[in-house]
Amino acid sequence: MTAQPDKIPVTVLTGYLGAGKTTLLNRILSEPHGKKFAVIVNEFGEIGIDNELVVNADEEVFEMNNGCICCTVRGDLVRIIDGLMRRKGKFDAIIVETTGLADPAPVAQTFFVDEQVGAKTKLDAVVTVADAKWLKDRLKDAPEAKNQIAFADVIIINKTDLVTPDELADVEARIRAINPYARLHRTERAKVQIDEVLGRNAFDLDRILDIEPQFLHEDNHGHHHHDHDHHRDHGNGHDHDSHGRGLKHYHDEDMQSVALRTDKALSPDKFFPWVQDLVAKEGPNILRCKGILSFKDDPQRFVFQGVHMILDGDHQRPWKDGEARDSRIVFIGRNLPEDKIRQGFEACAA
Amino acid sequence: MDCRVKPGNDKSVTDTRATSASITDRVRPIAGDAPIVGAHFLASTPVFVLGEQELLFADEGNERRVAAHSGAILETAADERHIVTGGDDGKVIATDAAGAQQTIAVDAKKRWIDHVALGPEGAIAWSAGKTTFVRTGKGEERTLDAPSTVAGLAFAPKGFRLAIAHYNGVTLWFPNAAGAAPEKLEWKGSHLGVAFSPDGRFLVTTMQEPMLHGWRLADGKHMRMSGYSARVRSLNWTADGAFLATSGSEQIILWPYEGKDGPMGKQPRLLAPSPSRVSVVACHPQQPVVAAGFVDGMVLLVRIDDGAEILVRRPGDAPVTALGWSADGTTLAIGCEDGSGGIARL
Repeated sequence: MTAQPDKIPVTVLTGYLGAGKTTLLNRILSEPHGKKFAVIVNEFGEIGIDNELVVNADEEVFEMNNGCICCTVRGDLVRIIDGLMRRKGKFDAIIVETTGLADPAPVAQTFFVDEQVGAKTKLDAVVTVADAKWLKDRLKDAPEAKNQIAFADVIIINKTDLVTPDELADVEARIRAINPYARLHRTERAKVQIDEVLGRNAFDLDRILDIEPQFLHEDNHGHHHHDHDHHRDHGNGHDHDSHGRGLKHYHDEDMQSVALRTDKALSPDKFFPWVQDLVAKEGPNILRCKGILSFKDDPQRFVFQGVHMILDGDHQRPWKDGEARDSRIVFIGRNLPEDKIRQGFEACAA
Repeated sequence: MDCRVKPGNDKSVTDTRATSASITDRVRPIAGDAPIVGAHFLASTPVFVLGEQELLFADEGNERRVAAHSGAILETAADERHIVTGGDDGKVIATDAAGAQQTIAVDAKKRWIDHVALGPEGAIAWSAGKTTFVRTGKGEERTLDAPSTVAGLAFAPKGFRLAIAHYNGVTLWFPNAAGAAPEKLEWKGSHLGVAFSPDGRFLVTTMQEPMLHGWRLADGKHMRMSGYSARVRSLNWTADGAFLATSGSEQIILWPYEGKDGPMGKQPRLLAPSPSRVSVVACHPQQPVVAAGFVDGMVLLVRIDDGAEILVRRPGDAPVTALGWSADGTTLAIGCEDGSGGIARL
């Protein structure tokens, strides 16, 4: 899914029941941005949504007949997006709000698997709204909530006014233990700048520039004044050592990320069979993966991303002079065999 | 039984189409300015169903538009009497040759009318969500709920029977047989379009995967037809029922249906290889000829016997989305995703 300006961007809004998805949705819709949205909501949505084009979906998750049990698509999205395309020009972007219990993977996979959907639209980002007060409990008792955090590109920690600064730091640390890569925003009543949520291009191969953990770049100085301006540029000379009271570190017992790096050039003949075999075997446990790769004798950077067993990759651009030709890959998933993945990756050196 | 397209056993795609016969100068262009979702004929008038709101009646020198829906038109079906459209405004509208309209139904919950189909003796079927509705020629209305959202509707060529495609199979329903449990044809996966063979012996569905599934109705025997490069969105039997023409590949794929086993154990015929993918097929109403529209906007007529091709429309800017023959087979209506199109006189 490389960038094509005429493709309609689709933002997926997830979050456990009561976290504030609909509040965020209505905030997005009511901002004076001059954009028109088509909104796809689940049919059990109770709160009114003030938008001209609202489509009710039934969240029908269909397995694909390709021998891959984790390869599921949202059948209703295939149908609805096909129908919406009849009215192309009437909206600039699509927002899909899922139910609180939904797994984001089938939504994302729909954009990779269905050729027609992929030709007309592009997945922009998965945005997860988390309840600052209750997320910790949900991470213990609701696997759906953990999936939504692990899958997210952007996480909105909402209802920060209902917790103490220590509790907030604690919930952030728990989120980071699962997903160190998402952009994180703290909000009350889901008040966040719209461009922090929309137009993220998180699934755009051309935008896989930086797969560093996001917390290195965030404002964790302990002065959690709300609605502060979040930096639009990362890595802008922040003092990374001054994490205020210090970020707690947790290890989530079943959902982790595995990040690997090597400065040895890789062999494509070793890497592709390895990564394909890895996602074939561990695909149900791998929620997402991303990588920037340096192949031997290849002047171009190769980038890839994946959702469960579906991989998507391409050459991105030539390596720049003086740029460190490192290869970096990241997996986020459940019970990942880190040592095995590490050994396999290292064995891909040319 | 699996049937699979074996690529490359026919002509090569470098075939010099420039030498083909051409009737491009006999195509009168039309401009629909919205995606064209259906191309039909009412009497001798070509009528294009636009993706938004309107029908375009395209008599030569007298083009006129008739509004049908207050939103997107999702599916269309036509017979000699009228064009029936389902819209995202929750309405089912029938429009006749004079442009006169009848509101067949308004969904109580204003749900999208995803599918429509026309049956015997004026029967009309439509679906919204999981529910299929049938209005008989006598005006009686019946409903049936499917296990998941209805993805396709087709009336059987004989009797009063409706096939309803959905996730994990097809439901066969006799709307007039009150109390009788509908028959279920099961096959794992998401079934989208559905079509009966003209003799009623076979039922074929298009699937979410790039393949077809079929059943021989007499014994429920399965047929899997695969080898496509993309989801099959258009399928159509030849007038004599000998072949099922399909889109979804860089050539027209025709499955043989003459024998008692249909395509089982047989190779499909591959015609009109092209660098672009076939998006729509429409078989001639009498002759063994198929019209094929391509993703690059090209339209070809192809004779099935020998593969001879006639170029009807050169590649353009947008995929061909609709093809429709006049009843006498002398005129072909062509519609594309960007609203362009034309009427070809043969």
